Amino acid sequence: MPIKLRRRNKLILVLLLLGGSLIASLFLASAFGAVAIPLPDILRMALNKVAVFDFPATWRTVEETIIFQIRLPRVIGGALVGAALATAGVLFQGLLRNPMADPYIIGTSAGAALGATIAMLLPINVAFLGFGLVPVAAFCGALATVFLVYNLARVGGKTPIISMLLAGVVVSSLMAAIMALLISISDRLQLNLHSVFSFLLGHISVTGWEQIAVITPLVIGGIIVARFFAFRLNALSLGEEGAAYLGVEVERDKILILALGSLLTAAAVSISGLIGFVGLVVPHAVRLSFGPDHRFLLPASALGGGAFVIIADLLARTLMAPVEIPVGVITAIIGAPFFLYLLRRTRKEYAF
Amino acid sequence: MVSLQIRQVYFSYLNGMVLHNIDLSIKGGEMVGLLGPNGSGKTTLLKLASGILKPAQGEIRLDGSSLSQLSRKSIARNIAVVPQQFHIPFAFTVGEVVMLGRTPFLRALAEESEADRRVVNDALELVGIRELKERRFDELSGGERQKVILAMALAQQPKLLLLDEPTVHLDIAHQMEILELVRGLNVGQGLTVIAAMHDLNLAALYFDRLILLKEGKVWADGAPNQVLTEAGISEVFSASVRVEPHPVTGVPHIVVMPKGSAIKRQ
Repeated sequence: MPIKLRRRNKLILVLLLLGGSLIASLFLASAFGAVAIPLPDILRMALNKVAVFDFPATWRTVEETIIFQIRLPRVIGGALVGAALATAGVLFQGLLRNPMADPYIIGTSAGAALGATIAMLLPINVAFLGFGLVPVAAFCGALATVFLVYNLARVGGKTPIISMLLAGVVVSSLMAAIMALLISISDRLQLNLHSVFSFLLGHISVTGWEQIAVITPLVIGGIIVARFFAFRLNALSLGEEGAAYLGVEVERDKILILALGSLLTAAAVSISGLIGFVGLVVPHAVRLSFGPDHRFLLPASALGGGAFVIIADLLARTLMAPVEIPVGVITAIIGAPFFLYLLRRTRKEYAF
Repeated sequence: MVSLQIRQVYFSYLNGMVLHNIDLSIKGGEMVGLLGPNGSGKTTLLKLASGILKPAQGEIRLDGSSLSQLSRKSIARNIAVVPQQFHIPFAFTVGEVVMLGRTPFLRALAEESEADRRVVNDALELVGIRELKERRFDELSGGERQKVILAMALAQQPKLLLLDEPTVHLDIAHQMEILELVRGLNVGQGLTVIAAMHDLNLAALYFDRLILLKEGKVWADGAPNQVLTEAGISEVFSASVRVEPHPVTGVPHIVVMPKGSAIKRQ
């Protein structure tokens, strides 16, 4: 059937295109930095590593070290962060029926930041699976906040979207206040002000492959599991009642989707701190270009999110080199006007 | 054809709105209208019948199996619901919205089959909106949207269709179009229909059986001429009316009577 072929072809074509740009941005971002390394060299190095190729080394050993020990982990980390945040954005937006519900709006951000701040306050320094205590605490904080917000918003066995957004805003403010208090009274934190600062503004702090090895299965697994919810997220566009009429077990799936979205956000936050707006800009751009069907929106946003953060991080590293701008600043400069534009354009629909 | 038995059902909301001892049996192939003033429990009764609210006491059975024992999915394969209106925040096309009706039949990672597409096309055809298929749902008029939602409900291939004041926001032409469509499915395919209705005259015209609710209780239940009496309506709605036979069909036709000084004569 022509329609079927058209839809399938479009889907495959766009996913290939997005996948291609993800890989292209991976190489591009690896090439630039304090030392510029030519793309063909990187390609040959990579092929030597992964396959039976054996290109003669036209590069210095130190360049190979830079690529494999410094840039590639960071760039791949960026891809994972972007994919996780964009997928979490799609999940939260689909569930809350609000195209502006970025992972940060429903409290994940504040929870992660408070968890991280508390960890920085503690006078212990333990490592857990290649992470310090800080990212693990961020992870717990994100999950705890989402469930706190969810339970606060629950009224008579239901979770109305509006009360959820309000609870998210209020809980976020409280967490931010506690965090500010802790930072201002703590000697230890003031000593560590730089790391607090870069965590809050978003900075892809991957120092080796161990962290990548830990978050890769979380992010890839999360993205695959998210795909199982595509039909249900489509049905949830009709609202909770409408979805229930179509056979969705709404209360159960809501918890699963929230947990999955928090897991993805926390995985991202644990290596990057708070990068905002990725989960907002990327899914919206995909929806605008290819429609809101979650079967397509989910994988396309994951790929697009990966490419987006890689490029944003490349800009962060190179725009004002040798000074490194936090990547969260770049995504906010792109994302905040975009959020305002969306707010303006849809203000009638959200006048509750 | 499926039947629905509502047995001694009680229900109350936190705010005190209640249903008292509702005992009704809807036979397969019936077309039943629920009437009553605002807050009399029509919508609540429909939500109980669709299984998204659970009775505090009593039981609702769909063809003998208790609704509370059935999964949402198996309920959705039998019962479809058309609410007053849907707001869809994303830019789905009409075809995509109607395809949502296939949700209870799709496995998590499966693509819709040729058969699903055929069901969707048939539903669009039946409702007479085939030409809207590629249009965006959020750009349609209220009447068109309601037809899309009806088509979506029909794509569920339901045996029981529940409608909650499906015509309340529509103009008279669209109201009649929707009701005639539903009536046609009821007569032609034996679809069991329960609809909450606002307009008593339209209810009298299109429904075989009317159930009049007052303050959460069944006040009258029967054919239109048994339920729509002058005494009954003035008691339940506190409105003064006259009931005359419809000039063509003979069903009760309600004429609203203004009071005292508000009367204008031509």
